[in-house]
Amino acid sequence: MNIIEVKNLVKKFGDFTAVDDVSFDVGKGEIFAFLGPNGAGKSTTIKMLTTLLSPTSGEIKMNGYDPEKNSHEARRSFGIVFQDPSLDDELTAYENMEFHGVLYDVPKKVRRERIQELLEFVELWDRKNSLVKEFSGGMKRRLEIARGLLHHPKILFLDEPTIGLDPQTRNHMWNYLLELNKKEGITVFFTTHYMEEAEKVAQRIAVIDHGKIIETGTTEELLSRTNTTSLEEAFLSLTGKVIREEEAGSIDRLRTARKMWRR
Amino acid sequence: MKTIYILWLRQIKRYVRSKSRMIGSLAQPVLFLLSLGYGFGSVFQKAGQGNYIEFLAPGIIGMGIIFSAVFSGIEIIWDKQFGFLKETLVAPVSRFSIMLGRTIGGATVATFQGALVLLVSLLAGFHPTNWFFILPLLVAMFLVALVFSALGTMIGSLLNDMQGFQLIVNFLIMPLFFLSGALFPLTNLPAIMNVVVRLDPLSYGVDAFRGLLIGVTHFGLAMDMSVLLGFALVFVTLGSYSFSKVQI
Repeated sequence: MNIIEVKNLVKKFGDFTAVDDVSFDVGKGEIFAFLGPNGAGKSTTIKMLTTLLSPTSGEIKMNGYDPEKNSHEARRSFGIVFQDPSLDDELTAYENMEFHGVLYDVPKKVRRERIQELLEFVELWDRKNSLVKEFSGGMKRRLEIARGLLHHPKILFLDEPTIGLDPQTRNHMWNYLLELNKKEGITVFFTTHYMEEAEKVAQRIAVIDHGKIIETGTTEELLSRTNTTSLEEAFLSLTGKVIREEEAGSIDRLRTARKMWRR
Repeated sequence: MKTIYILWLRQIKRYVRSKSRMIGSLAQPVLFLLSLGYGFGSVFQKAGQGNYIEFLAPGIIGMGIIFSAVFSGIEIIWDKQFGFLKETLVAPVSRFSIMLGRTIGGATVATFQGALVLLVSLLAGFHPTNWFFILPLLVAMFLVALVFSALGTMIGSLLNDMQGFQLIVNFLIMPLFFLSGALFPLTNLPAIMNVVVRLDPLSYGVDAFRGLLIGVTHFGLAMDMSVLLGFALVFVTLGSYSFSKVQI
């Protein structure tokens, strides 16, 4: 059974087609890697799957629900760790977790237990009462991952979850996720730039570039189709070696502005 | 309900933790109160209108509220840009309750800010005649705060970065404040001013504050309160509509 079904998905921003007629399925309980160079359309696709953006055309089913029409049911089905930070800096680590738990209606007792378990797991329990703005990048990342795991969703989206994490934490995190995947059958949909990571954990891989999916299959299938010996080589042979530029958003400008505004 | 509560709580916590903001947003009302209050005091008196500080203080309370309420709504832009809004938008809760929680939180903070201005104005020589009405006064203050916090939410939902911020301060908040009768009596105004003043929700707010604090109103308390309630309903509806359309 497929828990995610995407058919002919298109997203246009003005003249620019970010996602161009994309179709794929993810099976229930599968660990699925969504790979592509910067600006290939990964995050835009994830935003449409997670109800944050309306598609220009095409069809999405998340756990059987259309994110557009039944957004509430669709939202109940998934959890997400975003690519860029989404914590509240002015709240403590514990408060960020608590906030998430309440939004997702995790019963109080389970919530308390799980928050402690997860914060201990990412080694932030002794910093639970510190404001997030005092955290380093790695600590914030760990907190985001802990938060994403708090409500045990059916589908877990991880958009470049391991950016800025040391190999220990990365390893630690994947072990936990694999365990969760086995025990509760959680479907994991993730993106990453670390090919060896995808090679190690993903059961199936889709490679997207310029808004189109160019290959889907297991690592072995991708290797044999591209005649290569590692996923990294396969990826490069599929997407070429040209370095992509991502647009520098207004965020950087805003960061500076906010600092001034806050003081 | 829980959603509304947790979002309300978040606004309160953020406010309590940023002492600099609390003090900072007091500076402007205090400056207005002191410079205008003492500066124009004798002119006002000679024109036979009585003590200007007594007249001005309720208006300055309105100023404290409107600025802090609109800003708390506009903070949505920060949440948009710094990602936290995504966290709330993908959660399985209705956008209406997210918007309502935030807006009520912002309104609570603004009401508190207004109460602080009231306290400071007492130090500056303001003597309310009716301490008896402190509860209805707080209700009126909260209504005004709700109107403008919802307005801020609406603006914050429509804008994507802070570039338009100056525009909003100069073309929206400043006019709303200056044309509200916060600084001058509403009697004998030129015809156009008379119309404009009546379209400004803050006019009714300031008028209600005056009625409750010094026993003088222009429109009458019943009118003030019903107009404020009406504006609050309209703006909360508009605010939640534009918030429901937010895409990231």
